[in-house]
Amino acid sequence: MSYVTQVIGERGRYGPYGGRYVPETLMAPLEELERVYAEASHDPNFRSQLDDLLHNFAGRPTPLQFAPRLTEHLGGARIYLKREDLLHTGAHKINNCLGQGLLAVRMGKKRVIAETGAGQHGVATATVAARLGLSCTVYMGTEDMERQRLNVNRMRLLGAEVIGVQAGSRTLKDAINEAMRDWVTNVGTSHYLLGSVLGAHPYPQMVRDFQKIIGEEARAQILRVERRLPDHLFACVGGGSNSIGLFHAFLGDASVKMVGVEAGGRGKSLGEHAARLGAAGGFVGSRPGVLQGTYTYVLQSEDGQIAATHSISAGLDYAAVGPEHAWLADQGRAEYTAVGDDEAIVAARSLARLEGIIPALESAHAVAELIRRAPKMKKDEIVILNVSGRGDKDMETLSRYV
Amino acid sequence: MSDAVTPNPAARTQTPGQPAGRIARRFRELAESSELGLVAYITAGDPSLDATEKIVIAAAEAGADVIELGVPFSDPVADGPTIQRASERALRGGTTLAGVIDLLRRLRKSTEVPLVLFSYFNPILQMGLGKFAAAAAAAGADGVLVTDVTPEEGGEYRAAMRAQGLDTIFLAAPTSTDARLALIAEASSGFLYLISRTGVTGARESLPQELPALARRVRRFTKLPLAIGFGISLPAHVAVLGGIADAAVVGSALVSEIEKAPTPEEAARAVADRVRILKRGAREGISRRSAEAK
Repeated sequence: MSYVTQVIGERGRYGPYGGRYVPETLMAPLEELERVYAEASHDPNFRSQLDDLLHNFAGRPTPLQFAPRLTEHLGGARIYLKREDLLHTGAHKINNCLGQGLLAVRMGKKRVIAETGAGQHGVATATVAARLGLSCTVYMGTEDMERQRLNVNRMRLLGAEVIGVQAGSRTLKDAINEAMRDWVTNVGTSHYLLGSVLGAHPYPQMVRDFQKIIGEEARAQILRVERRLPDHLFACVGGGSNSIGLFHAFLGDASVKMVGVEAGGRGKSLGEHAARLGAAGGFVGSRPGVLQGTYTYVLQSEDGQIAATHSISAGLDYAAVGPEHAWLADQGRAEYTAVGDDEAIVAARSLARLEGIIPALESAHAVAELIRRAPKMKKDEIVILNVSGRGDKDMETLSRYV
Repeated sequence: MSDAVTPNPAARTQTPGQPAGRIARRFRELAESSELGLVAYITAGDPSLDATEKIVIAAAEAGADVIELGVPFSDPVADGPTIQRASERALRGGTTLAGVIDLLRRLRKSTEVPLVLFSYFNPILQMGLGKFAAAAAAAGADGVLVTDVTPEEGGEYRAAMRAQGLDTIFLAAPTSTDARLALIAEASSGFLYLISRTGVTGARESLPQELPALARRVRRFTKLPLAIGFGISLPAHVAVLGGIADAAVVGSALVSEIEKAPTPEEAARAVADRVRILKRGAREGISRRSAEAK
C-alpha cells in the first residue's frame, strides 16, 4: 500500500477521479479560486488569521477523548473519540467555512452561497458569514428542511436566507444544483462555499486541506497519550469531508487502517441507500460517472440518470462520493462499508447512554460500524472514531425511536 | 479517462471554403443570403419522443436552420426552470439517450435540417464515448454539444466525435478569458455557441448591453459561425442579434410553448408559429456579414 499523499494531478485528479466538469461560465471563477487559494496557502497572514478564528471562534483544538465505558462495553480495542461535535455550531463543517469565508473576503466577494443537507454546513456558513460581514444564501431540499428544522431556524436567526428546493428528491443533490445555478448567475459578486470534498477542482482539494486539521490534531494527540499510532480510524462518509479530514494525516502510515462508513439506508436496491462504494457489500447501482463537476462513483441508472438515494441521515443522503475517496477505495488504502438506518439509531442511543454524547445521525453510522467490529479486536488495539457532529439537530428523528 | 487535450488538426471538419457537414453548409447559405440563422432547442421526449418528432419537423418546416435535440438529464445545472421541467417530463416518460438517438434516425428520414445532440456529459459517458459517437453519426446527427465539458476535459470526447465526423460545439461565456476563448475556438467545429449572459437558460426581457462587445471579442479568436443563446425569446432580440451574430439560439421560449399546449399537434403548431415569428425578426435584422460589408 503505497498511497502517495499528493496525488493531485492536473485539474485535481486522484487517479482517474476528480477533474472539472462544469459549464463554461464557471471555468474562469474556478481558475480564479484555484489561484487565490494557492496564494493564500503560502501567505503567513492568511494562515494566522485562520488559526486565530479556528482557535478563538470555533474552539480548536478539539479533544481526543478516551471512551472508557464504550471500550469496556464492546470488550475489544481501546476507543478514542475525536470530538468535532464540540466545535462552535456543532460539527466539523466550520473548519472549512472559516477557510473559504476568508478566501471569499480575499477575492472581494460580498456574498456566499451554500448548499446544505443536514443543515450543519448551512449553519456553519451562516455563522461565518455573520462573523465576516458577508451576506449568505443557503439552498436546502424541502425534505431536509422538514427533518432538520432546528438548523433552518438557526440559519435564519444568523441572518441567512434559506431557500427551499422542491426539485428531484428534495435533498442535498438538488440543493447543490440550485446553489450552482445561483453561482453561475452571480459569479461576479458571490463565492460558492461548497461544504464537502465534492464538485469541480479545486473544491475537493481545498475542502480537504481545510479539514485535514482533524487528523493532524488527532495524530499528535494519540502519540502524546498512547505513544503510538492508532490501528484503526472510523468516520462516516457523505460527501466525505470529515472522513478525509481524519484520514489524511495518516495516509502515509501504512499500519493505520481506515474505515469509511456510508449510509446503507433501508435496502440494497437502487434508491434505497447511499452506499456509493458499497458494491462489495451488495449495494446496487454505483458506477464511475460525472455529477456536479467531478468524476467519481455515482449512484445512477443504466442510462446515466442520477438515482434517488435514501438515508435517515440527511448529511449522508447523496448520490456521489468525493473523488479522493473513490481513489482510496480503488487502491484499497481505505475500506468502505455501509450501515443502515436502524443500526445508526441504535448506535446513537448507545453512545448517548454509555458516554453521555448524543452524536449526529451521520456520525452514528460510524459508531455503528465500530460496534460491529470492536468486539473482535484485541484489547491492545487502538481506535479513533470521529464524532463529526452533535445530535441536537436530529432530536425529532431520534425521539421517534426512544 | 484521459484528460489530455489532443490537438488533432486533421479532425477539423471546418476548413474555410470547404465546409464539410450540413451545419457548415447551412451557415454558408445563410451568409450568402445575408440572413441571420435560427437555432431551435427542443428537449427530446417532452412529453414523448413521438411528440418531439412532430415538433421538430414542424420547426424545421417553419424555418429553423439548426435543431438542437436536448437529451434530458436528471440534474441539469445549467438550465433554468423551464428546461428543468421539460427534462422531468421527458424522464418521467422514460426517455433515454438511446431513445433520443433513435428519434434522430427517424427524423433524418424526413428532414435534412442540421441536427445537434445537446446533452450533459454523464449519459454519454455511460453509453461510452465511442459507442455514442458511432450511433449518433449513423443515425444522421451532425454535431454534439455537451454543457459540462470544456476543452480542457474534452480531449478524449472530441477525438471520439471527430472520428465519426461529428462537429463538436463548445460554449463561450461572458466570463471566458481570452486564453479560454482561444482554447474554445480551437476545440470547436460547426459553430461556436456564445452564452449571452452569466446565468442559466431561460427567457429574459432584454439582452445585455455588453453583448456586442463580447461578440466582437469572441470573433477575434474564430472564423467559425457564431450563435448566441440564453435569454432569447422575442423577435426584437433576434433582430438585434442580426448585426453581431450568425445565428440566434432559442430554447426555453419554444419549450414553454410545448409545456402550454394540450396536445402534441398543438405543440407542433405553436412551436412552428413561434419559429416563423422569430425568423421574421431575423430577416428584418441584418446579418453580421452584410453589416460588416456596409
